[in-house]
Amino acid sequence: MLLLYVIIGGFMVPVPVIGNNQQAARSIFFHLPMWMAMYTLLTISVVNSIWYLATNDLKKDVRASSAGSVGVLFGVMGFLTGMLWATYTWGGTIVNDPKQMTTAIALAIYMAYLVLRMSFTDIDKRARVSAIYNVFAFALLIPLTYIIPRTVDSLHPGSASSPGFSDKDTAGTIKMVLWPAFIGFTLLGIWIYTLRNRYKRLALKNILHG
Amino acid sequence: MVNRISFSIFTALMLLVTAVFGQENAETVQQAATQQNTETGPVNEFFRSNSKIYVAVGILVIIFSCITIYLVRLDRKISRLEKEK
Repeated sequence: MLLLYVIIGGFMVPVPVIGNNQQAARSIFFHLPMWMAMYTLLTISVVNSIWYLATNDLKKDVRASSAGSVGVLFGVMGFLTGMLWATYTWGGTIVNDPKQMTTAIALAIYMAYLVLRMSFTDIDKRARVSAIYNVFAFALLIPLTYIIPRTVDSLHPGSASSPGFSDKDTAGTIKMVLWPAFIGFTLLGIWIYTLRNRYKRLALKNILHG
Repeated sequence: MVNRISFSIFTALMLLVTAVFGQENAETVQQAATQQNTETGPVNEFFRSNSKIYVAVGILVIIFSCITIYLVRLDRKISRLEKEK
């Protein structure tokens, strides 16, 4: 329901005209929640990885891998939507934008996490090594995607040289749709994560003992 | 088997959507005399028409198809698991 409201509201509310965005500014309602969902899922992933290292419970490792996988899905969606948006506002699919570059690096790190997991045959070794890798990946994700882009000049709003969208949102209509969008897409992500988690637990039933 | 069918239906739908978009394209190209057309070509002009609203539409299409592809793959894996038992 929340997502329905976002999709309908996202196309109906008045948005301020910023730069050459025109009506494409409405993409913010779908592009930004991808990242919020990704951050949430990857946080779930890293918490479970640390939890696994503390307890050696393989169920935690299964959770970490499912959350990581769905997190990467949302990251890829965020990146693809950003690419389309950039094509028609910045004049290039992949431009020299620091946030885009660092996000690509962060996503590559997380894809390597998923590939790393597949390369092990021993399940305990896989769990331990990938849990440690996951902690490092998360420690890189936050500065790469959140801190560094804010300190340098970027084409993205909210960097050192460009103002954020919120300053221009005089009627507060963006916020009215954006916050439900964050919650809605994050919940959708968590739901897909539980589906994948249940599947993985079924697949490894013999090892996990139910 | 059901998966295969649903997947092919999905693909066919996507193809249909592209075809419909293509049709619309030809009509909107004439109207789309936007100021900032730096590149030409029907696709570019289509996305820049109507104040770039189709960029937002395209983004929704990307999100929808990514989630669907992911879920279809998960569905297939579950079916494989069911068959093993």
